[in-house]
Amino acid sequence: MLSKKRKAYMVGMKAAMYLSTGLTAALVIFLVAYVFIKGIPHISWELLSTKPSYISGRIGILPDILNTLYIVLATLIFVIPLGVGAAIYLTEYAKNKKLVGMIEYAAETLSGIPSIIYGLVGMLFFCQFLGFKTSLLAGSLTLVIMNLPTVMRTTQESLKTVPQSYRDGAFGLGAGKWRVIRTVVLPGCVDGVITGCILSIGRILGESAALLFTAGFAHALNGIFEGLTSPGASLTVALYVYAKEQGEFGVAFAIAAILMILTLLINLSATLVSKHFAKKREL
Amino acid sequence: MKKNKMIERTIHGIFLILGLLTVGCVLLITVYLVISGIPAITEIRLFDFLFGTKWASTAAQPSYGILPFILTSVYGTAGAILIGVPIGFFAAVYLSKLANPKVKTIMEEAVSLLAGIPSVVYGLVGMLVLVPAVREIFDIPDGASLFSAIIVLAIMILPSIIKVSMTALEAVPKEYEDASLALGATPVETYFKVSVPAAKSGIAAAVVLGVGRAIGEAMAVMMVSGNVPNMPSLFQSVRFLTTAVASEMSYSSGLQQQALFSIALVLFLFIMLINATLNFFLKKEKD
Repeated sequence: MLSKKRKAYMVGMKAAMYLSTGLTAALVIFLVAYVFIKGIPHISWELLSTKPSYISGRIGILPDILNTLYIVLATLIFVIPLGVGAAIYLTEYAKNKKLVGMIEYAAETLSGIPSIIYGLVGMLFFCQFLGFKTSLLAGSLTLVIMNLPTVMRTTQESLKTVPQSYRDGAFGLGAGKWRVIRTVVLPGCVDGVITGCILSIGRILGESAALLFTAGFAHALNGIFEGLTSPGASLTVALYVYAKEQGEFGVAFAIAAILMILTLLINLSATLVSKHFAKKREL
Repeated sequence: MKKNKMIERTIHGIFLILGLLTVGCVLLITVYLVISGIPAITEIRLFDFLFGTKWASTAAQPSYGILPFILTSVYGTAGAILIGVPIGFFAAVYLSKLANPKVKTIMEEAVSLLAGIPSVVYGLVGMLVLVPAVREIFDIPDGASLFSAIIVLAIMILPSIIKVSMTALEAVPKEYEDASLALGATPVETYFKVSVPAAKSGIAAAVVLGVGRAIGEAMAVMMVSGNVPNMPSLFQSVRFLTTAVASEMSYSSGLQQQALFSIALVLFLFIMLINATLNFFLKKEKD
């Protein structure tokens, strides 16, 4: 038989665990339900397909959707080659342990820096020093630095699963290092690049503080090349401006609901992709 | 042959540059923050800047003391940790040890969702649900306060705490638990008195990660904290280090703007300190 004290301890700990888990679950359900209930009624075709008009006083978020899309594309185009290259250097070339340690420490440091600091440095470096002004391109380049560690890490993970014997085999047949990387190593990092892309897209969609001073708040409707060189608000920044500065809570909740749906999709695809790759690895 | 060697060398060089890119970015950020942050500190004088209690950047006689921001960030983070860590810790123990697999999978997805929700969405819900509720419950004129910010931050750090603690708890060798169970300890006693101590570096890392998240959050906090540079008090409108930078950046110039860079430098130093602590615990966990 357990003593009274031990029984009380168990009951207390169990209660704390159930309560904490229940609270977390309730929180998630509340957040999702509240945002959907408040936001979905405000989503209309007109909202999604027009730009804000001062004449009719209506608000449309098409420019913000496009800006977000441009930022995602531009960031990925830069960050994937850079991140993959860094990962290949670490797994295939680097021999000096100290150097590897330094690079990994730098990557960890980058992932710990708050986005507001990225925004500030992005503004100083890309907008002012390199002369890109406040533009989607400056915003995207700032996000490239933010997402570099993510892509690097996921690629590194997938390169670890390329068997050493493949490389040895290729070297044995007389291939040079570059040829081995092209034919054996690069195909092996597809999994990592896809995972890295999904995680980065999630992070880019949710980012706001780093974009505020680098990409700006404009709602102009532009094509991709014109858009990249002019300022524009992403969905998150638009949400902030509509809620905090203009008190347009209906539009803000509509954007929040859209962001929530996108977050759900990103999480779902991340889970599916990791399951798929785990299965592939077992074969 | 010679040509081949040249190509190999060039490619090696290119990959080396790519590999050093992260180091370069950290250097770039550090150098920019130091260069742009130092001038205002020397002009205002370090002591007056760090320990001055009055921030009036647009007044006729401007005053640049950032103690209110530093203390607000410290109190806000401490409060978020005080609320978020126990909840996250108990949930992590339950999910990693006791929960049935179905509940665990669903809750893991839920926690990932919580981690993925953009901070402006937290800010928006906080603004329209939490702030009015705080105003009603505590009967104060404005609910936008340090208290509201603490609640939002506590929720936002929850996923990091749960995920990292779960990873640490799951890495505890099964033999430890089996030995404890065989000696007659109940499962709950085993998890809290054997598994948790064995995973303590990992759990410490989770807490430190939470501290980093909380101190660096800007947008959500900006929307619920009222943004007035008061000395921190639980039910008053306050301004954090992050929001101090964000709220004046768009219209500032001259010494005022330089002072904002100095605030960012102070925030950066806090973060570097937290990163070093985090690394210490992660290394310990690995050994």
